[in-house]
Amino acid sequence: MEKQNIPEPVPFKFGKKLKTYLGIAAGIGLLALLIAVFVQQLPSERIWANLWMNALMFLFLGLGALFFWTVNTLGESTWQINFQRVMESMGLTIPFAAIFFVLAFPGLKDLFEWTHTEHLDRILQEKTPYLNMPFWMVRFAVYFILWSFFAWYLRKISVKNDFEPHDKYLGRLRATSGWFIVFFAISSSTAAWDWLMSIDAHWFSTLYGWYIFSGMFVAAIAVIILITIAFKKFNILPNVNKEHLHDLGKYLFGFSIFWAYLWLSQYLLIWYSNIPEETVYYVERVNNYKTLFYMNLIINFVVPFFALMTRGSKRQPLYLAIVSLVVLLGHYLDLYLAIMPGAVGHENASIGLLEIGLPFFYLAVFLTLFFISFGKAKPVPENHPYAIESSSYENI
Amino acid sequence: MKNIIYGHFTDDHDLLEAVKALQEKGIHIADVRTPFPVHGLDTVLKLRRSHLPKVAFIAGVIGAVLMFSFQYWVFTEGWPLNFGGKPYSSILSFIPATFEITVLFAAFAMGIAFLLRSNLGPGSIPDILDEEVTNDHFQIILSEKDNTLSETELAEALEATGALDVKQVNTKK
Repeated sequence: MEKQNIPEPVPFKFGKKLKTYLGIAAGIGLLALLIAVFVQQLPSERIWANLWMNALMFLFLGLGALFFWTVNTLGESTWQINFQRVMESMGLTIPFAAIFFVLAFPGLKDLFEWTHTEHLDRILQEKTPYLNMPFWMVRFAVYFILWSFFAWYLRKISVKNDFEPHDKYLGRLRATSGWFIVFFAISSSTAAWDWLMSIDAHWFSTLYGWYIFSGMFVAAIAVIILITIAFKKFNILPNVNKEHLHDLGKYLFGFSIFWAYLWLSQYLLIWYSNIPEETVYYVERVNNYKTLFYMNLIINFVVPFFALMTRGSKRQPLYLAIVSLVVLLGHYLDLYLAIMPGAVGHENASIGLLEIGLPFFYLAVFLTLFFISFGKAKPVPENHPYAIESSSYENI
Repeated sequence: MKNIIYGHFTDDHDLLEAVKALQEKGIHIADVRTPFPVHGLDTVLKLRRSHLPKVAFIAGVIGAVLMFSFQYWVFTEGWPLNFGGKPYSSILSFIPATFEITVLFAAFAMGIAFLLRSNLGPGSIPDILDEEVTNDHFQIILSEKDNTLSETELAEALEATGALDVKQVNTKK
């Protein structure tokens, strides 16, 4: 093993400079929204669809990170300890995602056809036992209450171990992670039906939930990589070394392939069976969003597949960061293709100032919340029994 | 005639320490044989990285191209069949089989390349010096040819690191 001189960790401070940058980003986003509403006077469904899309992406980053942490905890893996606080703090943004969803609630009528209860055709009428407003709201509340509870509780145990180390915390962390995974396995699918698949309410796909989940997971890993590399660069997490980046890169590589696998599984079966009620989803996208449709596949599969194939590529921080950024944008595009054709329609949908500007606002809020949470605890878990192993393991 | 000296260890940690101790004395180590991969041994012995990934990539590309063009030929030239009115050259339907053959080619190429390179293929005569190495012993092999020291000096140096049953053998290979 190559012995490196590990510099002294720099204590994290959510400083003035950082706040200014985030403030500017948030300003750009709000400005884009205001211009879209008052100057460009875009159709209301396009505004609501954008708010909805960004709220979903905001949630996905936190939820994906929480899932990644709990999976590693449950598998008793040790490698993630050195950047575990990044995932914990990302998970703590979940309750705030609920606020963004609620802000988009006035647009539900514009987004979801099944909410027009007075004009439902037969297919939608038969779906009302599941797709009705009261039940939908109950599910919304249950998802957010439980996800937020798990994020908060897991973080609480993890921080408690810093001050009064005890083996029981490790066991409790593992057990709670298990319960979260059980709930997440069901809720990730049903939430994807509720918030994305029901936009095209007549259409259905049985693996839609996993497809959305895989995209969420890849996007969250991309953000974890970006934040971890930045923190390593500023010596906030000096103990993160190339081995951690290598393994995170493997996850990004592997789950990009997994995403493509699910994409193909869904597309191939629908294309093959050729039933109009199923193909309608893809006909709309292939005909009216041709460039974006194929770009989605290239950015989210071809790029990470070839860019991250070699060992050296995953151990080169700058290179890995660029690929992560590209993949993150790719999954934003994936979400765009999932929402816009159904909610807005190709006549009104396009990528303009609103689509490019508004994410800056959500990103700024996400990072602000993340930095506040990250600053509240020690950057690396202390007294964790696995911490030594996380600093000394290596990839063969 | 090749003069070989070998010694055994029962613990991977002791083995790693012994390798480092021998290298500090300037002794060249011909080979180390272990029942399982020992962490950190590769870097201590300064072994080159394996070329196996490159073999896998090249074989995978060959498999992908072969299977794709084979299907394309079968469904357009060789025996065109009409499946539910779909075009004969439906690239999408070729992907699952192409993927499988890519994996198959890469996996077989890696297995075969590994066996050939490690002299384990069919017809090869394994040069196992001591059967214990296949069980729970770790073996350091020194060769007189590589070192300036004499055979007895090498054996003494090996024994000094705590090696068990140090033996000197002359093999024809």
